[in-house]
Formats: sequence, C-alpha cells, structure tokens
Amino acid sequence: MSTVANTIFSPELAARFDHLVTIYPLSRSALVPMLLYAQDEIGYVSDAAVAEIAQRLDLVELEVRNVLSYYSMLRTKPAGKYNVQVCTNISCMLRGGYKILDHCKETLGIGHKQTTPDGVFSLEEVECIGACCWAPAMQINYDFHEDLTPEKVDVLFQMYRDGQGKDVK
Amino acid sequence: MPTLVSHPDEVKVISRRFGQGAADIEKYLELDGYKAVQRAIAEGPEWIINTMKASGLRGRGGAGFPTGMKWSFVPKVSEKPKYVLVNGDESEPGTCKDHVLFLHDPHSIIEGTMIAGLAIGSRLGFIYLRGEYRYLLKIVEKAVADAYAKGFLGKNIFGSGIDFDIITQTGAGAYEVGEESALMESLEGKRGVPRIKPPFPAVVGLYGGPTVINNAETIANAPHILLMGGEAYAKLGTERNGGTRLFGISGHVERPGVYELPMGYSLRKAIYEVAGGIKDGKKLKAVVPGGSSCPVLTADEIDVGLDFDQMGKAGTMLGSGGIVVLDETVSIVEFALRVISFYQHESCGWCIPCREGTDWIKKTLTRVHAGGGSKKDIDNVQYLAENMMGRTFCPLGDAAAMPTLGFVKKFRKEFEEYIDGKRVDTPLITIDQLVGAH
Amino acid sequence: MADVTFTVDGKQITAPAGTLLIEACKTAGIEIPAFCYYPGLSLQAACRMCVVRIEKMPKLQTACTTPVAEGMIVYTETPDIAQARKATLQLLLGNHPLDCPVCDAGGECELQDMTFKYGAADSFYAEPKNHREEQKWSPVVYFDRPRCILCYRCVRMCGEGMDVFALGIQNRGSSSVIAPNVPAHMSPDDLAHVDCEQCGMCIDACPVGALTSGTYRYKTRPWEMNHVATICTHCGDGCKTTLGVRSTSDGSEIVRGDNRDKSGINGDFLCNKGRYAFDFANHEDRITQPLVRQPNGELKPVSWEVALDHVGSKLRALRDTRGGKSIGVIGSNRITNEEAYLLQKFARTVLGTNNIDHHRTADYVSFAQSLAGHTGRTASLNDTLKAPAILLVGGDPTNQSPATAWNLRTDVRLNRARLYVANSEEIKLRRQAKAFVQLAPFGYNAFAAYLAGDNAAAASAASDSNALSAFRDAVKAEENLLILIGSELRGAELKKLIDFGLTIPGAKFALLSDYVNSRGAADMGLLPDMLPGYMPVGSPSDLATEYAVPNEPGLDMLEMFDSAGRGNLSALYIVGSNPVARYGIDPASLKDTFIVVQDMFLTETAALADVVLPAANLYEKSGSVTNSYGDLQQVNKAGDRAGVRSDFEMIVRIADKIGADMRKLVPFGKGLRADMGQSRGAQSGEADRHAVWLTANNLEPRLSPFDAFAILDEIQRLVPGYNILRLQLLSGNDQHLSPVAPTPLVQIGTRRDQVLPANDSLFTSGTLGRFSTMLGDLQQNEAQRLIQIQTAAD
Ligand SMILES: Cc1cc2nc3c(=O)[nH]c(=O)nc-3n(C[C@H](O)[C@H](O)[C@H](O)COP(=O)(O)O)c2cc1C
Ligand code: SF4
Ligand code: FES
Repeated sequence: MSTVANTIFSPELAARFDHLVTIYPLSRSALVPMLLYAQDEIGYVSDAAVAEIAQRLDLVELEVRNVLSYYSMLRTKPAGKYNVQVCTNISCMLRGGYKILDHCKETLGIGHKQTTPDGVFSLEEVECIGACCWAPAMQINYDFHEDLTPEKVDVLFQMYRDGQGKDVK
Repeated sequence: MPTLVSHPDEVKVISRRFGQGAADIEKYLELDGYKAVQRAIAEGPEWIINTMKASGLRGRGGAGFPTGMKWSFVPKVSEKPKYVLVNGDESEPGTCKDHVLFLHDPHSIIEGTMIAGLAIGSRLGFIYLRGEYRYLLKIVEKAVADAYAKGFLGKNIFGSGIDFDIITQTGAGAYEVGEESALMESLEGKRGVPRIKPPFPAVVGLYGGPTVINNAETIANAPHILLMGGEAYAKLGTERNGGTRLFGISGHVERPGVYELPMGYSLRKAIYEVAGGIKDGKKLKAVVPGGSSCPVLTADEIDVGLDFDQMGKAGTMLGSGGIVVLDETVSIVEFALRVISFYQHESCGWCIPCREGTDWIKKTLTRVHAGGGSKKDIDNVQYLAENMMGRTFCPLGDAAAMPTLGFVKKFRKEFEEYIDGKRVDTPLITIDQLVGAH
Repeated sequence: MADVTFTVDGKQITAPAGTLLIEACKTAGIEIPAFCYYPGLSLQAACRMCVVRIEKMPKLQTACTTPVAEGMIVYTETPDIAQARKATLQLLLGNHPLDCPVCDAGGECELQDMTFKYGAADSFYAEPKNHREEQKWSPVVYFDRPRCILCYRCVRMCGEGMDVFALGIQNRGSSSVIAPNVPAHMSPDDLAHVDCEQCGMCIDACPVGALTSGTYRYKTRPWEMNHVATICTHCGDGCKTTLGVRSTSDGSEIVRGDNRDKSGINGDFLCNKGRYAFDFANHEDRITQPLVRQPNGELKPVSWEVALDHVGSKLRALRDTRGGKSIGVIGSNRITNEEAYLLQKFARTVLGTNNIDHHRTADYVSFAQSLAGHTGRTASLNDTLKAPAILLVGGDPTNQSPATAWNLRTDVRLNRARLYVANSEEIKLRRQAKAFVQLAPFGYNAFAAYLAGDNAAAASAASDSNALSAFRDAVKAEENLLILIGSELRGAELKKLIDFGLTIPGAKFALLSDYVNSRGAADMGLLPDMLPGYMPVGSPSDLATEYAVPNEPGLDMLEMFDSAGRGNLSALYIVGSNPVARYGIDPASLKDTFIVVQDMFLTETAALADVVLPAANLYEKSGSVTNSYGDLQQVNKAGDRAGVRSDFEMIVRIADKIGADMRKLVPFGKGLRADMGQSRGAQSGEADRHAVWLTANNLEPRLSPFDAFAILDEIQRLVPGYNILRLQLLSGNDQHLSPVAPTPLVQIGTRRDQVLPANDSLFTSGTLGRFSTMLGDLQQNEAQRLIQIQTAAD
C-alpha cells in the first residue's frame, strides 16, 4: 500500500493513515475509518479525499464512493462547524424528541441537513443514537447530550457559540 | 455522561464494576480484572467452552443463540486464521446497554475477547463500535493500549506462549451493519450488505476465516462466568436462560435506565417497580419489550418473564433487552410510522421485499397518519408485512414486518380512527426527510 | 463430483453434488424464475424470485444459492411460492414505470414475462411513482433509473465479467441506485458517464429496459424485426451476433445487433463492435452503382452489364496480350471462405497467375508449417474457456480479440485457470495473470529463444531476468497448456515458440489475427506461394492435379506494387481490401495499371480504380468463415441493399465475361436456378429449414453458379483439413478445423515477413471502422475523456 507524497491531509492524519493500512489482515479494512477520520478533519469527504483514499488502498474511486454513500454519517458536502444531530427515534420521541428537534429548527433557523449562514451549526434528524435511557438526546459532533429540554438546548448552543463546547475526535 | 441507576432487585454480575472507575486498568485489576483470562490459559479451550455451555449464556445481541455452542462450532483446525469479532454496533432503537458497558467496564470486553480467542484458537480479535460511539471508542482504544502496555495483549500473553492482538474499529452510521455478516463486510471495507448463509461465520467469516461473532455484552460475561463457574451463573437465571442481563428501560417510566436483572424477571415488575412505574401517573398502553423490532405487548400482556423462551411464548421477543414503555397518550399509528421509518431508512436495499416493502409501508402509514388513508390501506399494510416475513435476505426485513404486524393486529381500531377522520395529527415525518437523505 | 438424486415437483433428477438447484432444474427442463441470478457471476440471492419449497425447511429457500443434495424434495410451483413471487413483483411494480409500450425491452423483458405469469398487475399504492430523467452514460449506454429493479447483474457483469468496474451501487435502501464511474459533479457537462470499454454487456444482462443501447433505442419493436444469427465481421474471434433486420424500401436494414440466444461460439459474450458496429452497412456513403472511369478521369455510374463487360474484356485482353503473370489479385480478410477460394481459383485458373495475396495480419503459413506432422495441437476458441493453464505471448486480446479476453477471464475466475502473460506492454489481462513478465520492446524473438533453452537470449528478452526464469520454470511445469500467440511472432521465431510448446504434454496452440476471416483467407490460399490448405505451389496436390495452376510462386502484395511502379503490372483486381491506405502506396505508381475494385465505399484504393463494383458486405451474404482458431462457422444473410452484389457473384460474372467455363469454375449442377433460401436472408426461415433437411439427407441442390455453397463441396474435397460436417455448419454450430501444412517442410525463414497487424482498438476496425458512425462517436467520446484527464492533470 502506498504512502502518498502530496497528501491533502495533515501530517498527523497522513501518518495515522500510513499506519492504519498496515494493521489489518487486508488493508481495505481501513476504508470506513479512513473516510470518517478524513471527514473529521476536512468537514466532509471531498472528491480529493476520495481520490487519495482510493490511491492509498489501491481501489477505484467508484468503489470508494459505493462504500461512502452507504454510511449515513458520511457526507460529501460541508456541514457546520457543529453538527447538531437530534434523535427522534422511539425512546426519544416518547420523551419529546420532536419537540427538541422543532426547538432546534426554530432557534437555529434551519431545517434537516441545513447549515446556519454563519457556518457554525448544522442540523440533522437522526436515527437512534444509543442514548434511549437518557432520552431525549442528541449529539453535537461526537458529543452526547442527554435528558434534554429546550432550555438545556439553548444553554448548549450558547456554550458552543462561545467556543466552550467539547469537540471529541 | 449517562446517569447510572440502581434498584435492589438488580443482581450485579456484569455491572459489578459500573461507577467504580474500572476503565482504568489499575482499578480493573483491583476488581479481579484479567484473572479469568489467566485461568482460561491454565485450563485450556475445552474447559472454557464447557464452562460457557454450562452457564446457559445466550447471545445478548438479539437472537439469543447459546454462546458456548456457538464457540464449539468453530473448526479446531483451519487453513485460514480464525477471528473473534465483538459486535458493538448497538443500533436497535431502545437499546443502550452496550453503551454503558463500554463506558464503565471496557476491560471486561477486552478480557472476554481474549477468552473467546483462547477458546477457538484465534490470535486476533476485533472490537467494532458504531461510528456514533466515538467517545466510547476513545475509551476502548485507551484500554487496549493500556493492556498492551502491561503486556496482557500482544506476544506471549501471560507467559502462555500464545499471541493475541486486538484491533478496534469504527463504523460510520448503518444499523444493518449490526447484522453479523454485514458487520464483516463493513469491517472488510465494503458496503454493509449481509452475506449469503450458509456458510455461517463460524466456518467462513471475516476474511474467509472461521469467526466467532458476539455481542459486546455476551463477550463481557465470559470473564465473570469463568470466575464464578458456569453452574453458578446459570442458576441466576431460568431454565435454558442462564444468568442476568442488562435491560434498558426507556420511554414513559419514572426512572429510565440500564438495570441488570436476572433472566426471567417479571416484565411487569421491571416496569412498575424497577423503573418506578409510568411517568406522571399515567396509564400504561403498550410495551415494546426488546428493541423496536419486537412485536408490541398491550398493557394486559405484561405478566411475562423476561427470558427468550417466555417472551417467545408471549408472541414477541426478548431481543436486545431494550424495553420501551408507552403510556396512554401515545398514538400507535404515529409510533408504528416512526418504527417503519427507521427500518425504511436502514434497509440496506439489497433484496426486493425489504427495500420496497419498508418503503411502501412507510409511504402508506405516512398518508394514513396525515389523514389521507382509505379503508384498504390497513389491509395493504398487513399484506405487505405478511409478504415480507420470512422472505427477505436477512432478518432486517422480519424486524420491520414483525412490529408492523403487531401494531396493525393489536391496535387496528386506532388505525381505523385515523382513516375515519376521528383523529388527525400534523404530519410527523415528511418523506423527503428520510428518503434520499443522501 | 459425485452425482446426487433428488426430487423436484415429483420428478427424479440426478445432478453432480454441489450444482445449484436453479441450474440443475434448468437442465432438467424446470425453469425457475430469477432476476438477480446470472450463470457464472457471483451469487446475490437479492431478488427472491427463485424461492422454492424444500421439505424439512421452515422458510422458502432461494434456488439460486441452494446446492442440490441427496434425497432433497423440492417444490417449485406451489400456491405459497406463487404468492411470494407475486408479492415481490407487486413491490417492484410499485415504482416501476409501466411504459412497456415504448420501452425498448417491451416484449423481451423478464419483468413483463413474470408479471404476465404471476398476475401481479394490480397495484394498490396511492403514492406517485418516483420519476427520474433517463441518463446518457455514453453514446451507446443509456440508463433509465425508474425501470431499474436493482438486480446488480450489470454491476457484476462489468466488474467480474469485464474487469472494468465502471458500474457501482450507491446509497442504500430505497435510495439505492446503479451509478457509473464518472459522477455528474465531476463531469464537465454535469452529467454522469461511464468510462469503460463500451461493450454493452450491462445492457445484455439487464433483465428489464433500464439499460438500453444507443443504437437501438426507440427504433422499433422486437417483434417487428427478423432475427438473423450470423458472424461478426470485426475481429478474429468470430463471435455470433444476431442482427435484427427490418424491411425498407430498398432492401432490408439492420437495426440491432445483440447476443440474442447466447448459443454461439462466444457464449455469453459480445463486444461493442459485434453489438453496435453493424451500422456501416447503412452508411450513406455506400456505393450502390458500378462506377467506370471516363476518359475525362471521372468515375461515372453505369449499369452492371456495362461495367462487367468492360472489366471482362479488359482483363481478357491484358491476360492474352501481356500474360496472366502481369496481373495481380488482392483478396480480403472479410470475405467468406467460398469467396476467397473462388478468388484464388479464378486468379490461378482463369487469369493464370499466382500473383495473389491479401493483407496478412498473422503468419498462418509458418504456423501451419510449424505444426506439420502433428495432429490435435490446434486450439479452438472453446479451449480458452476450459484450459487449465494458458500462456499468452504477445497480442492484446482485451482490445483485439475481446471474446478471447472474456473467455480467459472467465476461465481464471470460474476454473482457477493459471494464466501466464508475456508481453512488451502492460496489457490489461496481466491483472488475471498468475505471472506476468514484461518483455523488452521487440523482445519476442529473444523470448521465444529463451523459452526454447537459449539462456543467452535472456538479456534481450526482458530486463528482469529473475522474473523471466521463474516464468519459464512455471510454464514448463504445466501440462495441457494452451499457448496463444500474438501476431508479433512470425517465421522462424514463431516456429521456435511452437517447438518449445510441443515439448509440453498436451499443449495446444492458436495464433491470433485481426478480422473475421483472416485465417480463412490464408487457409483458402490467398497467397502467392501456397495453394489452399498450405500446399506449396509447385508441389503435387489434389488441387493441382484437378486443375492446372501455374507452377511458380507468384508475386506477394508488396512485389505486386513494386512491379506496378515499374510499369510491369497490367491489371490489379482488388476484392474488399484497401492496400493503398494500409501500405501507404503512392498513387502515381499505379497509373499504368488497370484497376478493378470491389468494395462498399470509395476507399483510398477504390478512388484510384478504373472500375468500382459495389459490393455486399458480410452481413448481406451467406457462406462460411474461419476464425483465428480455425473454427468454421456459417454466415447468414441479414441485411440487403439494392444495387450491390456479393463478391462471389461478381467474380463469377467477371469470369463469365472473360469467357471462362462456368461449370469448371463453380460446380453447380445442370444450370437450373432454384434459390433454396440462402440468398433470401431475413425472410428465409422456412426455406432454411428446408435446406437443412435436404443437406442432412445429402440432397442439397446446387443449382446456380451464384450459390456460394456450390463451391463448398470442392473446398471440402480439395482443401486439406477442411473436412467439414455440413449439418453442423448449416445448423449454426461452430466446428474446429486444423489444416496443417504437409510434411516435408518448406523452409521457414526464407520467406519475407509480410505480416502487418491492424492494431485495431475496441473502437476501430480497419478501413471499415470509419464508416461506422457508432465507432466514430465512441472514439470521440474517448478522445474527450482523455482531454479531460489531461486538463485535470495540468
Ligand atoms: C438487522 C440486524 C441488526 C443487528 N444489530 C445488532 C447489533 O447492533 N448488535 C448486536 O450485538 N447484534 C446485532 N444483531 C445480531 C447479530 O446479527 C448477531 O446475531 C449477534 O451479534 C450475535 O451475538 P450474540 O450471539 O452474542 O447475540 C443484529 C441482527 C440483525 C438482523
Ligand atoms: S440496471 Fe438492469 S441489470 Fe442493472 S441493476 Fe438495474 S435492472 Fe439490474
Ligand atoms: S435469483 Fe435467487 S434470489 Fe434472485
């Protein structure tokens, strides 16, 4: 497997990818993590990212796109700096998930898969995120926020706006 | 950080170390960590498998397959390497138990993986977490690194002459990838589409090698079972349903949370005592007992024990242990629509009955819910669901059809009310939100 | 594998253990419906149409994935099975546009047939169907998304079958879609495209009308065509292609080419040329009237009678005044065996000259001579599908003989055949190879020597000597090796390679050439020094004793032109060939030569002619052709064009005008005319059956001198190796022939190397290619893509 000379990724991520392709019995196993980590760094999976990942794994780009388009966390368009993902699946729905979603729509002024004009937030309605017992819940990027109320959401948004939100990667 | 709950009726085996900082390897060691694996090395594969068989442990991923038996299916000699695969894809709506386990006791999963590896003669294990669980992946990654640093993983583990490695892996958002063969595809860098069976994973699995795949909770039970003995563990539960289980109780209850209850524990008590009863003093309407794919139970069907066999007899399933409680205010039509929307969104699209069936049921229920239904819609939905059952490529089709049939059969009247215009809600989900999300 | 016995619908069936139930049933005459299953491609079990009931199994099982087992009891048509299939169809039809009346696949659609069978036409959905505009993926591939049933046949065909991987599946669930490899957002015209070999196999595999062909879309309805199976004219593999023909005011027009019943030598396969490049036949530039050069230098249309008179009297006069040896004859790689045979007979017995040649695309003379004295050593195309091991030296089958490439890939995929590739280029088939050694440019001769044991040749054969020696060791360890040889090897070097191969037990050989009848042209003696069947001129042979032929070898192609340049060639009779362009002949050198050209178009050669006779092409005549491998097949008349004549008829008529004895030239019986159907092509179904029966009973009448089959007897009788089984031929089956030169050998190596490979790609076909609009479009498409890649790189 190739290490890439003119990588589009940061040196750290490139080094991580160089390593990742070596640990599996078949290098292709690195594909899904690579796509996700590339998205974490760039904000989305760009054409250039597809091309480089294809090159690193010796796959045709179409094959990378076939895989990429299967997974719902992966996106090919930029999202906001903070991607707000509100769960509306059954446990959350029963405890007001839709109210939280509506509240987010209202306060952010955007709908599903849209981004605020300042690029700070984007919003997504998502399927069950595995926080059913602490519903209603949402994730901002990879961070979980549970037992939500509209008021808690407001506080959270303010925190993130102020740059105090966590940003797990 | 999810809140920890507890109740006196709980029997804490797997949740023993919850809340004690056992993600830290030193703490884990203090709490009997990595003792079981050393015993396993000393006693050998046959002993491990026999102990697991004696424990009566059945898979916690949903289907309840006896774990000891699963491990014994792996051929002793194999040309290709064998693998252990831990299924931490936890995506069934209503289920969040593996979440707590990864958070509070990651080393038990690592130790369990090693034990499974020893049992089948594998030298490489994978722990696959759903992509959304990034912060848990960090915790597991750290635990694995700590175990390597201590020399517990890698070459010559515990001086046994045996090498064992663990690779952690992340998904990227796909419920279907929880299905064992789809998980293997995903781990091989492909679309999460299931494989043709047979051959079963125990014979031809990951990278074509014999593979044991278990749910994270199943795996985490192994060290406990080896330490306490198979029979002792079995005795905690009911016949053919050994031990305890993590139940996530969510929805309209006063104290939702993940509780460890003995197998066979009463569903009624789980709701009314353990979880504190129906929220705000409302009345119970229905329970989805084991994750969204399990047929619904009505308020008068909850006097049943929480094990695989009793739930089967009650016409539903124990599933993933996610108990979702619905109070009297819930619209079943709306609930059914939300459930089918999920399966429609998560169908991998491989086979016709599932891909098209979920889509048409969702479309029809969307219309019924919005007040545009006609009489034959209910029959149509039932016809579609009946024709999906048992005909799809993998069990996701059944998982979508079963609850739908349950709702339509047990709450037909409610559907009729929508159709007769006695009940109208604002549209819940517009099709463009979930269809063609890409 | 051992056989097992099981019961299907009450019928006892025996099949090898491990056979898929669906295949075992098919063999036993029980058809199980299937959308996603395609023989030879990976299993999907996605469509769920093939469900059957197997006793002791709780659920219905998919016959496409179930191997047969001893004692299994199976039901394939019970009410619950019918219901399952019906429900599946209803689900599919929920979104499927019911535009069958205008869909190209209407009448040939598996979904339509199934719906008819299971009565699933009722729809109970109130929601509108998802509509999407159709997409033009290339000049030949169109995609209509709503019609797609997601069987993934096309994806597998493109990837596994073609090793191209231009199609994929994107999104998931009900948003799943077949996607081509150039997405819209990365394309300058904002439309999605395929970057591929344009073979059209995806269209072939598609059970519905989701993928349609650019040449055929919205042209006609399947039942309005006559379907004539014939042989593709474009490459040396000789695939069967079925031409869809429709009557027009001036003949009958070919509107479609496809691999309709997959019964040909090519099995499942057909490439873009076999599929689309029939359109030269309909090209507007076709000549449909004889042309004679006037004193003012212009070519003027004249009647057939005038033109033939002129040619006949002129050739007779030149023969009688300047001698037959002053006349040259050039034949074609695209005429039938009968025509080629007749042409050499005409040259040798009517004109009295051995000055006859053709554009040679491989050295079949050396091939035949190298195998002299051996029997059973020539491979048929079928062997490329079954051989346990293959050595491919030179050539580029992917581009030049696509069916060979398909077979080799299939053999590797399904039979785990070991493929060894030696080539100076990194040809695509190396991807299937167990070992690939890259030879030095022009390293073939050294490579042949090296294989034969000359270690000193290693350095000039390839730069990587370790790879080379490992390669030789691996090849030498094989048995029953199939050795495929590209046209790079000729003469003494070709013999060296074959001699090496002959040391390998059970090895078989084939020499790859370029057009449909390149092999036949050589077999039929369109050579100055060889009579038909590689009998050296001057040596005793049946043929030479039956009719007098000149004893001295004649001039080869280049010598003829040299002779013309010196003013010594009085006439040149050129049938279906364009040597002026191919060999870069200076037109001035031909100014003193009387030139007659039979062709479809005013080619560079025809433009210099004194008489141009409008010729029918291979799709407009009957006869036989022989592919590179020596497999003989029948060609059948499909199209028709008013004004043109077959080369056979023209040769006979010219001979008549010269005053030759017709009965000697074509042994056609008593002179009665009765067309038994062969010349009627598309309309000939009944007559053909009649003819087959007559032939089977040895009653075949040969009543007209224009009946090409009249000369087949003679070929059969006089050409060594052409012991044709008539019924086999007439019933459309291929038959492997292996004419090899007689021993003792003629010295190989003293002959001049006359081979000039055509170097055609997938989108060219000699002179003919430029008259195929579709090939032109594909070349342009390809060029644009390359420009895009170039600009993207800059
Ligand atoms: C559609 C579908 C989704 C599934 N999702 C999960 C999952 O998220 N986690 C899990 O452990 N098992 C899941 N399973 C079950 C697995 O296929 C498999 O049975 C299980 O991982 C085996 O482990 P066990 O024997 O320990 O239960 C799913 C099954 C299906 C059909
Ligand atoms: S385009 Fe045709 S062959 Fe391809 S998946 Fe769709 S229906 Fe099948
Ligand atoms: S042919 Fe068997 S499922 Fe499609």
